[in-house]
Amino acid sequence: MNGTHSRATVDGFYGLGAEQRHRRSFEFDSDHPEIFAATDNGATPVEYVLVGLAACLSAGIATVAQHRNIQLHSVRATLEAGMDLQGVLGIDAHVRNGFDGVKVHYEIDADATPEQIAALVAQSQKRSAVFDIIANPTDVTVTSSKT
Amino acid sequence: MNAPAGADRAVDVVIIGGGHCGLAMSHALSQRSVDHVVIERGVVANAWRTERWDSLRLLTPNWMCRLPGQPYDGDDPDGFMSATEVAGFITRYTARTRAPVVTHTTVQRVSAADSGYLVCTDQGDWRCRAVVLASGACSQPAVPRLAEGVPASVAQWTARNYRRPSDLGPGGVLVVGASATGLQLALEIQRSGRQVLLAAGEHVRMPRLYRGRDVQWWLHVTGVLDQRIETMDDAARARRLPSPQLVGSDERTTLDLNAVQQDGVELCGRLAGVRGTQALFSGSLRNVCALADLKMGRMLDAFDTWASEQGVDGEVGAVQRFQPTAVAASPRLGAELGSDVRTIVWATGYRPDFSWLDLPVFDRRGELRHDRGVVDAPGLYVLGLPFLRRRKSSFIHGAEADVDELVAHLMGHLDLIAGGKALCYLGPAAGGCRGEPSTPPPPRGGTPRGFCCNGRPGAAHAAAR
Repeated sequence: MNGTHSRATVDGFYGLGAEQRHRRSFEFDSDHPEIFAATDNGATPVEYVLVGLAACLSAGIATVAQHRNIQLHSVRATLEAGMDLQGVLGIDAHVRNGFDGVKVHYEIDADATPEQIAALVAQSQKRSAVFDIIANPTDVTVTSSKT
Repeated sequence: MNAPAGADRAVDVVIIGGGHCGLAMSHALSQRSVDHVVIERGVVANAWRTERWDSLRLLTPNWMCRLPGQPYDGDDPDGFMSATEVAGFITRYTARTRAPVVTHTTVQRVSAADSGYLVCTDQGDWRCRAVVLASGACSQPAVPRLAEGVPASVAQWTARNYRRPSDLGPGGVLVVGASATGLQLALEIQRSGRQVLLAAGEHVRMPRLYRGRDVQWWLHVTGVLDQRIETMDDAARARRLPSPQLVGSDERTTLDLNAVQQDGVELCGRLAGVRGTQALFSGSLRNVCALADLKMGRMLDAFDTWASEQGVDGEVGAVQRFQPTAVAASPRLGAELGSDVRTIVWATGYRPDFSWLDLPVFDRRGELRHDRGVVDAPGLYVLGLPFLRRRKSSFIHGAEADVDELVAHLMGHLDLIAGGKALCYLGPAAGGCRGEPSTPPPPRGGTPRGFCCNGRPGAAHAAAR
């Protein structure tokens, strides 16, 4: 790929004590918008983070709802996350690179009381891997080798 | 084995720990004329005298403080005992029941011996047929491993060795944990003039009074405290529940995260890590507060349903609902250790200490393997752990029901041995064998659920030692 455009492929994972395959390979194009002098061939990496969070929480809501015998009719998430570009551009060392906060709003139509719906969303956060990854510090190791 | 002079005495049962649970069991054994001894490392009610902070009061009102054969004997049924008063209550019980307590005797090892156990102490050994572990759930503070990474410039205290704010140095204080203990300590330290940062993970919120009655009254009359562990969907989780945010005071005030923030305590998320000199807090504060608010709402709904079903709406006050927990727009995610924070107080719970138990009765996480107090070795029992058999198991008044049931099992074990059967416990080397069939798996479901409280003595109801 050229410039800031990259393509990631996800086809396998390790689980249940063995290598597993997805039903097919999934490809994800990532790029940056034209206003950053890029080619805009895909969502930005930080948008993928939000996509991951929304997908994780929504899957959790569906699972918890099923467990609690709550019929869902529609679940719609709106995500908002601010970034101060002075961080990622290295202009101000006191500004972090990443989001200064993430806001998720769910509009849910279900056969349930508002409290039951709020409890679904809360329980889903409690069990969510991506919520945990974003909300808590994670040790990251990045290595390299010449090919 | 060191066996000082006078060693190798024999009794049927050795009870380890002279707290309320051990003494309640002693009373039950005396009533059945079973020869036994209560071994206590200090004096009766030792932990209440030596391991509690000055301002501690029970979380349960006095009318709930009763032991088998001894109701509350004071004149303030709605008040809350201090630790010293609890010690007095337990000491009076000891005298009244003429419990055979051996004080200032520390158990060093319990091991299998031909037809029972050998209990080695610093004052000689005891042989017995059965052992009751009543040394309590709060023997040692459960401090998370990340404490090891805290710089030496920061003073560290636990809820066990903390006594009063004036013992702390100057500067900001991080209180880790938002159970009864954490909130009580955060508030009194803040009021001493030190800025407190309170790191809150999942917690249990409760008003002190609801519709004019103490919340413990509601939990008692609605049967929540009598819920049995075998009816819980997730027993391990029910046992891990932190103590509810409560304080016992003359004013019967509610202690919650809103109350401590009103006094200036700053709230942040669970302490998630320490990197260098930075303490890092989770971004999950808003959600743990939402979870606790929702859970409290479900609890109050259940109280209201009970009141209307019982037709007692007229005898209690009007239905109340409380403000959601206030969370700042951007709770802090980090604090500089050594400058922002000069002292850390770990209010992260307790765990029992059975390190002297030389028997193969621990699971791979080091926790005692038992079925509702019947330990996985014939003739070995445990009392006073959170939700051991019922939600009230670690409450003072909870000892009675558990003792009644476990003493019946214990008597059966002694009968079995007396009958010459089942003398087959061969000790750890031989792997041992089971003198009794294990209890069938408990049934599931069926009890009112969806809300909970808890009897963990994080701040107080009932630590047996």
